[in-house]
Amino acid sequence: MDFNGSDTLPGPRTEDQLPHTAEAAVKIVIVGGFGVGKTTMVGSVSEIRPLTTEETMTQAGIGVDDNFGSDSKTATTVAMDFGRISITEQLVLYLFGTPGQERFWFLWNGLFEGALGAVVLIDTRRLEVSFDVIGRLEERGVPFVVAVNSFPDAPRYPLAELRTALDLGEEIPIVECDVRRRASSRDVLMTLMTFLHSLATAGALR
Amino acid sequence: MSPPQRRRRRPAEQPPPPPAPPRASPRQGGKPERLFVVAGKDDGERAELDLVTLIVSSAEPPPAAAPEQTALLRLCTTPLSVAELSAYLNLPFSAMTVLLTDMLTAELVTARAPIVRRSVADRSLLEAVMHGLQRL
Repeated sequence: MDFNGSDTLPGPRTEDQLPHTAEAAVKIVIVGGFGVGKTTMVGSVSEIRPLTTEETMTQAGIGVDDNFGSDSKTATTVAMDFGRISITEQLVLYLFGTPGQERFWFLWNGLFEGALGAVVLIDTRRLEVSFDVIGRLEERGVPFVVAVNSFPDAPRYPLAELRTALDLGEEIPIVECDVRRRASSRDVLMTLMTFLHSLATAGALR
Repeated sequence: MSPPQRRRRRPAEQPPPPPAPPRASPRQGGKPERLFVVAGKDDGERAELDLVTLIVSSAEPPPAAAPEQTALLRLCTTPLSVAELSAYLNLPFSAMTVLLTDMLTAELVTARAPIVRRSVADRSLLEAVMHGLQRL
């Protein structure tokens, strides 16, 4: 791309610029299968139009390759959509929507480990695609809540039945939502924050 | 109809080690042209940069600045995360960290470290985020 074309250089609109006082950021990860509504959720609460960051990986999926950047034939690009919410003049929250497959997790070093927590977005038509994601969050000790995106034609299960099917402990919140709605997506994030706060209060956060 | 059934997992004794970042191509010698070569270090060392590390310009673009550096300095007159820079400059995250490592070394930009989850969560931080979300 032409980096010299200042007139065409993409960048934040003036109203999307962070104040100079912004000194730190935190992140929350929204993880789920393809088409479950991750990007819709990011977009419904983000103060900026969702952006996309990319990473390149080899087809082996390891992401460690001495030919990185010079041998594009073996490299594929993986995209991750994200949005932003200004919390205070000093603090910014970023939301990343990321695919559930393990090979994507290695691309962004510390994406989950450094996050405050995660939202596992599930679609009851394809419940089993979330099994592996939930298992990996458990293994890594990443605190998470489960949000059921209510698609009109999806089977409706009582939340207690979903909790049993997902083998979630009683302490892990599971909520229904409509990610197209800002208030509903906001409530999911608030559920996660309340859960994290209870963990912190209990001193249970690893 | 019953839903499919999952089985719970337990935290691993040791979390899996973070993978090493992809290495840049070694410097070819002479005046390099391509980004990976421009910014590549022989030792492959990178600054500790997170997707949400905030980057701010701290200098005017030097006359000899590469076009990517000039573009980045113009973007970062107000703070921007590495992820946003990656999006606006259309560069992969790992290429961003290479570019930024050089610019941090040259003191063209400063980095404001993110707050990452630690063993003990900061309740006042969580409460600040909750108050912020309530205003949405």
